[in-house]
Amino acid sequence: MTVRFTESHEWVRVEGDTAIVGITAYAQDQLGDVVFVELPDAGKTVKKGDEIAVVESVKAASEVYAPVAGTVTEANGALEADPSLVNSAPETGGWFLKMTLSDSAELEALMDEAAYKDFVKDL
Amino acid sequence: MAETEQKNAKELPLHALHKELKGKMVPFAGFMMPLQYEGIMAEHEWVRSRAGLFDVSHMGQLEVSGKDAAAALEALMPGDFIGLKEGRLRYSLLLDDNGGIIDDLMVTRRADHFYLVVNAATKKNDIAHLTRRLPGHISVREREDLALLALQGPKAADVVARLGAEVNTMTFMRGNPIRIKGSEIWMSRSGYTGEDGFEISVPVKKAEKLARLLLSDPDVKPIGLGARDSLRLEAGLPLYGHDLSPVSTPVEAGLTFAVSKRRKMEGGFPGDERIGRQIHNGTKVRRVGLKLDGKLPAREGASVFSGDAKTGVVTSGGFAPTVGAPIAMAYVADADAADGTALEVEVRGKRLAARVVPMPFVPHRYVR
Repeated sequence: MTVRFTESHEWVRVEGDTAIVGITAYAQDQLGDVVFVELPDAGKTVKKGDEIAVVESVKAASEVYAPVAGTVTEANGALEADPSLVNSAPETGGWFLKMTLSDSAELEALMDEAAYKDFVKDL
Repeated sequence: MAETEQKNAKELPLHALHKELKGKMVPFAGFMMPLQYEGIMAEHEWVRSRAGLFDVSHMGQLEVSGKDAAAALEALMPGDFIGLKEGRLRYSLLLDDNGGIIDDLMVTRRADHFYLVVNAATKKNDIAHLTRRLPGHISVREREDLALLALQGPKAADVVARLGAEVNTMTFMRGNPIRIKGSEIWMSRSGYTGEDGFEISVPVKKAEKLARLLLSDPDVKPIGLGARDSLRLEAGLPLYGHDLSPVSTPVEAGLTFAVSKRRKMEGGFPGDERIGRQIHNGTKVRRVGLKLDGKLPAREGASVFSGDAKTGVVTSGGFAPTVGAPIAMAYVADADAADGTALEVEVRGKRLAARVVPMPFVPHRYVR
């Protein structure tokens, strides 16, 4: 299992052929109370860096970007009923979507956990 | 740009206290301000159920004095200041010659001057405008030596009573000097949340001590700008620069109440003819409250539709914690402004169902 992080604070966890995507604990802390998450439909094809979701917190709307290219296979339906999962469990139950990877080499360009921790420390 | 803004932003007198309280500091209107401490939602709910302490020292505190200052102020604003009794506050509007709103503000008559509280972002312009337009013998003095705190919520009166302040006779929109633990401060029963509460003008040197004293009460928590915005939105109170601007008149903005009765008849304020016509004949557009279906909030700038036709634009909006739904303020065509009108708001290409509802969205709980 590989977990990688982007500079725009998404995480991507790869399990076999599937990647699970969410936003980091740091990101949810910056956003504050999440009240709505707009998720893509299954089947949507994205390039790395495309907007794939929007998080609405009490204060603002923020875009979430595809950490890698691929096709969305599932959106986290639990976020519809309880968007605050993004705050309480950002890196577990508050995941956003599952997708297939079109180029697993793209993962190499992302940060591992130690690098992301360093990155966040300097912000 | 955000970085430049941050570098140039001034620190509030209570900056160190905000940091100590783990406030998330952001630049706003030229100041580093606490956006939130614990979280906007929790802070919002705390103010609706207990009492919250806000540092609003970024706002401008001005003193206007001189012979016939009341009449001089009436030449710039539509309020009745000649008839305003000592120790009373009046919400008013600085107007341009076209009747457009330059700022909204609070005006209090004190023994020997008028005390004005103006918005931070407009403070400089307001002072320039007042200085230019008031007669030469009227003085305008900015009190940068004063901090401004707001204590808001249903427990606010109990909190100040526990500090020994006598507030029973101070009803909504009244103010007077008060002694708390030996210091003289100015306190009024007013605020920007729709709740009962107080605004407290205190010398910068004594501000931190007073803030700590208030925060030591178990009913009080510090509240940031984020909850200030969601609270005022639910209370139907407009925010200058968003819901109010020189493009709108008091009538279009739904603030006709700020045109005092005598002034409606007599005029004598900037834009009086246009505003008088609008009071009698109506306006093309009006500020309304919108309640949206679903959970997706509509933000400032979102277009509002009546069927296929664009009827207006959202000027502020967000998720309303107490209402439990997204709400917004918008300017829409008069024909679409009646309570209950079904409209749609466009967010990222999607049309959301919305309904015009009366404001406030959450009932005011002022103690009159």
